[in-house]
Amino acid sequence: MRSVLLSLTAIALALFIGALILLASGVSPLVAYGALLKGAFGDAQALQRTLEKATPLVFSGLAVAFAFKASLFNIGAQGQLLLGAIIAAAVGFGVEGLPPYIHAPLALLAGATAGALFAAIPGVLKVYTGAHEVITTIMLNYIAINLTDYLADGPWKDRSPMNIVARTPAILESARLPTWGPIPSGFVISVILAGVIYWLLWKTTFGFEIRTVGQNRHAARYAGISVAKVMIATMVISGLLAGLGGAVETQGVVGRYQPGFNVGLGFEGITIALLAKTHPFGVVPAALLVGAMKAGSSQMQFAADVAKEIIDVIQALMLFFISAEFLLRRMLRMKEEAGEEKLVLSTGWGSGD
Amino acid sequence: MSEYVLEARGITKRFPGGVVANDHVDFNLRPGEIHALLGENGAGKTTLMNIIYGLYQPDEGQIFVDGRPVVIRSPHDAIRLGIGMVHQHFMLVPVFTVTENIILGAEVVRFGIVLDLPRARQQVLELSRRYGLEVDPDALVEDLPVGVQQRVEILKALYRDARILILDEPTAVLTPQEVEELFAVMRQLRDRGVSIIFITHKLKEVLAIADRITVMRRGKVVGTTTPDQVDEQKLAAMMVGREVVLEVQKTPAKPGPVVLDIRDLRVEENGVPVVKDVSLQVRAGEILGIAGVQGNGQTELAEALTGLRRPQKGTLVLDGKSMPFNNARILIENGLGHIPEDRQKHGLVLPFSIADNLVLCTYYKPPFARGWQRQPQAILENAERLIEQFDIRAAGPMVPVATLSGGNQQKVIVAREFSRPIRFLLANQPTRGLDVGSIEYIHRRIVEMRDQGVAVLLISAELDEIMSLSDRIAVMYEGEIVAVFDADKVDKATLGMYMAGARRQGDDELVAAGVRTQTRA
Repeated sequence: MRSVLLSLTAIALALFIGALILLASGVSPLVAYGALLKGAFGDAQALQRTLEKATPLVFSGLAVAFAFKASLFNIGAQGQLLLGAIIAAAVGFGVEGLPPYIHAPLALLAGATAGALFAAIPGVLKVYTGAHEVITTIMLNYIAINLTDYLADGPWKDRSPMNIVARTPAILESARLPTWGPIPSGFVISVILAGVIYWLLWKTTFGFEIRTVGQNRHAARYAGISVAKVMIATMVISGLLAGLGGAVETQGVVGRYQPGFNVGLGFEGITIALLAKTHPFGVVPAALLVGAMKAGSSQMQFAADVAKEIIDVIQALMLFFISAEFLLRRMLRMKEEAGEEKLVLSTGWGSGD
Repeated sequence: MSEYVLEARGITKRFPGGVVANDHVDFNLRPGEIHALLGENGAGKTTLMNIIYGLYQPDEGQIFVDGRPVVIRSPHDAIRLGIGMVHQHFMLVPVFTVTENIILGAEVVRFGIVLDLPRARQQVLELSRRYGLEVDPDALVEDLPVGVQQRVEILKALYRDARILILDEPTAVLTPQEVEELFAVMRQLRDRGVSIIFITHKLKEVLAIADRITVMRRGKVVGTTTPDQVDEQKLAAMMVGREVVLEVQKTPAKPGPVVLDIRDLRVEENGVPVVKDVSLQVRAGEILGIAGVQGNGQTELAEALTGLRRPQKGTLVLDGKSMPFNNARILIENGLGHIPEDRQKHGLVLPFSIADNLVLCTYYKPPFARGWQRQPQAILENAERLIEQFDIRAAGPMVPVATLSGGNQQKVIVAREFSRPIRFLLANQPTRGLDVGSIEYIHRRIVEMRDQGVAVLLISAELDEIMSLSDRIAVMYEGEIVAVFDADKVDKATLGMYMAGARRQGDDELVAAGVRTQTRA
């Protein structure tokens, strides 16, 4: 409950400071925020836009939050998501003659697997060499960006006569994910997965192992839990979620892989996970909030004549206040409770401890 | 001049949730005395000191320094009034030198900005000479033994002109020798006019060093006395509120077959051997105590025996079955119970509930899990049963263990380990930092396990604990077992000689006792 209050306060403060910035630039915050709201939820089309923007963020938010539970900081969600997106595209345009109920899930599975395997690398490196996952995942992000750029401009390039940019061919209709009314099926999948992740973390023995490793890996070893296996498995599942996010984006929204279309989706997962206080059920509303801001920003730019970038500023402010939790607690006169599960952002620098 | 340098009258401190940590507490300190403040964990000693040091504000009551009423709003105020405090956990920067640590926050400067280290160093030297606190001003703090680090903390307070020194459980982290050195330092300080408040729950220490003793229980002062008016038994009764059995009650051991059999165990740390070809046999129904000054390989031996470390060489046989190393799960499944040396680091997951901590080693087995699914009902019932059975004081099975007192945290570990069918128990410092009541309880339980036929290996830095619990005693020195005795045929002084490395039994004797496989060439 307290963590919900902390997140809500951070959001309110960010919106408040955003309003001050709007005022300073001569725009009525009411008008701007009103347009934002309308652009995000005003009609069925707006709602669909919001849900589409939120969907990949639920996946990447879950990916980052899940890794946090084992006190692993997966900054590599971006790279895992890119690989998931391009592999799903490859299966989507490259495999022909399958019915939709096989083709679409197959492409999703391929994307998820790509993300999972890619995330296994930092997991294995951490366990066997002590290389910190923050460093290795950042590095692997570059590899993913360049690899996907190469594939989209090389072997998998769209060779149709009209095309001059780097992109893959469009995926076949049978690989596309349907949209039900304003609700994209990818969003439904993401919400179900949030429930599955919750179940996994809190209702299964594997989840207990993950949380034990996350809160005290020495005690985990003492209790006979294989910390190495748990860490690798956690990274694999985290990467699977991110990869699936990329696949859903390809099959549900973009319709092909094109460099530049998935920028930041993985990184924003970090914002989402922190806003959600790493709880899978918090990830969905957090992603909806950020998704709505993205969806409504064009309307706001049009109606209130403010640059879209104000949205980025507000998002950054949210992250700032969430990170400055100490500040928020002081404002809310909230004491840190003994025994609160702590979010450990980085363990194992240098000492391997 | 007032009779007291420091006086607290009617101090009351309530915490949210209705806990009255201090209930109209009166306490006073005479110039140049060592005044012990004795009480169990949670009795309110530290709260009172934190009020005097300005970390908390009292809800009621008044503090006087040199007979004048004062208001202490922060440690800054306290320091200005000449009050210094050495916390249980040191507040030192490991990579700074002794001098740098001492002057930190009160730096000597030239031109208002340039650090004058040579002069600071000189001041530190003078100070350490004046009070007889030997310390190298240029040594890095991280290179110093714990006892010397503590001396640096004391110098830090003296450097800020402390006349009143609060030492919060200063002996908890020290070896017996270091405790003696600390006591010598405290006497010197007292003779030079420093008044010392010595917080502890160890009865022997109080009787050895204090001029006066104030005993607290459940937030109230039970009474103030002097060492010549009381003995351990009386102090323990004051502290706990009932008669306490300080002697462990046990019948002679009835040893059965060998349960734990280790041979030629060698553990190296960065290529340096720290456990040197140790062999040991522990029989069912006996307690084998390992005596030794801390840091002589006991920790590494324990880690090797509990699956936390892979030794370079050796074999481990449990109940006739050969065991792999570095695999706690297999050892646990074959009957290992382990009370770890550091309960908060290895023994508990502090943010987890009591219920979850009680199934930390068995969470994956029925009835606590069916396949992948955890069984919350079974986990909860297990917790309720063990809380009752092991007398764990807590608000309920779902509260985080971080909120429990040290004694109750240890009871959680004991309950978890003893409620499984174990064959071999490794108890490493099982009562470190606990109060008298909890120590009594845990000792009784360990003897019960022995009587049920469990083989117990006890490692402890407290010689009293080794003497009173063990049936056989092995002495460990520099990674080797240098002597083995029947517990009733040896005294403390003799053990001390072996612990200090002054004596060792002959190889033939050691081979005959089963702690060596061969005589040295």
